[in-house]
Amino acid sequence: MNKSELEKGIIGLRDHLLLLGTEVEQNLLKSGQSLAAADSDLARMVMEHDREIDRLEISVEEECLRLMALYQPVAGDLRFLVTVLKINNDLERIGDLAAKIADKVLLLSQDGRRDRVMELAAGLKDMFSRTVAMVHDSLDAFVEEDADLAYRVCLEDDEVDQEKMAIRDRIEADLTHRPEDHPFMAKLLGVSRCLERIADHATNICEDIIYMLQGRIIRHRVEDDC
Amino acid sequence: MNEKDMAVSVNNLDFFYGENQVLFGNSLNIHRNRVTAFIGPSGCGKSTHIRCYNRMFGLYKGQRASGEIIIDGKNVLDPSTPELALRRKVGMIFQKPTPFPMSVFDNIAYGLKLHGVKKRTDLEGRVEKALKGAALWDEVKDLLHKGGTALSGGQQQRLCIARAIAVEPEVILMDEPCSALDPIATARVEELIEDLKNRFTIVIVTHNMQQAARVSDYTAYMYLGRMVEFGATADIFTNPAQKETEDYITGRFG
Repeated sequence: MNKSELEKGIIGLRDHLLLLGTEVEQNLLKSGQSLAAADSDLARMVMEHDREIDRLEISVEEECLRLMALYQPVAGDLRFLVTVLKINNDLERIGDLAAKIADKVLLLSQDGRRDRVMELAAGLKDMFSRTVAMVHDSLDAFVEEDADLAYRVCLEDDEVDQEKMAIRDRIEADLTHRPEDHPFMAKLLGVSRCLERIADHATNICEDIIYMLQGRIIRHRVEDDC
Repeated sequence: MNEKDMAVSVNNLDFFYGENQVLFGNSLNIHRNRVTAFIGPSGCGKSTHIRCYNRMFGLYKGQRASGEIIIDGKNVLDPSTPELALRRKVGMIFQKPTPFPMSVFDNIAYGLKLHGVKKRTDLEGRVEKALKGAALWDEVKDLLHKGGTALSGGQQQRLCIARAIAVEPEVILMDEPCSALDPIATARVEELIEDLKNRFTIVIVTHNMQQAARVSDYTAYMYLGRMVEFGATADIFTNPAQKETEDYITGRFG
């Protein structure tokens, strides 16, 4: 049977959203690399690329609205389009947060104490990898239509939250010994806050994927369900 | 679910055109004061199913139904249920407007007279009430003695609705009531359905899936004479339980 125009539109939209997701993930990775290496050039590239991400977000949204207006989708198609609209929004916000991290890297590297920045940034490495993995897995769960993976990502969010708190405690403790590090520390705390927000967005994406696949809204009650 | 919330209880309904069985063990409950929509591809048995509710098939030779359709505690398929009383209780609107070749007033008065309303003043009051109920009064109040067939298609369909509600039925069956109407006339009839469900139980057959989604509280999906899925419209159109239903409503059928 030939695919209907709506089905073709949905396939195109899935690719379109994945392109956005890949761009966002790459930019997030680069923001981490720019922090680890205190690389201001790379940080600038990340910030510039965010504009491309914003453009992609708009085009995904327009395509969603077009399909909804023309085909009045129902059931699985409706859930897919609503989910894409929401994931699109979360991805764009993740993109913004990656740019925000890059902005902090720029400020940190202006100080001239590059080695000290790199040394301190190493403390965020684990949290960074975990958050990037959550974003990656959320996109995988979307492509593979894998509700189990989506549930697992939701559960990881708590670990990232704990990690952020641990980092905050560590930074506060360090500050009492080396008050001269204060400008760095405040910015690193900002980075950990961005990562925590990114993990929240990855969790939102996964909750929406579960809705798309199962038709159940699990927001605000993931723990009860697992 | 409480029994008195049910206007119609269908149990194991089979239907035959001569030797040919076209409905197979249909069972469902139609909720009182709600709109229930029947959807499904052409020939799946939707119209045949609802025509059993007022035994319309009895007009044709060789057609028969078995099983139970309980309305007001009585099985309407039982030949002892009188047809005239049944059809007053269960009114029907068809795909094409079917005004009688008489005046607007008489179109409605006809059924009332048949059911024993004789006094002129009573008739006038009931006709006006029915036309108001069908949201047609303002448009025809100066044309009451003009021919019903001179009205526009949308007005004719609302005239038929007025004629059906004039005798105060409990259930109104609508078989594709908007398929011959333009979008504006369709919207009027849909608004009217929303309004009418406060007083009547409405069962509608429609090919227009968006219409089913818009106007109904419950939806039944039928295929090849079988009841595939029945449930709250909001569930059927966002998260149907059956793959078959999903394939049909998303246009992936076949």
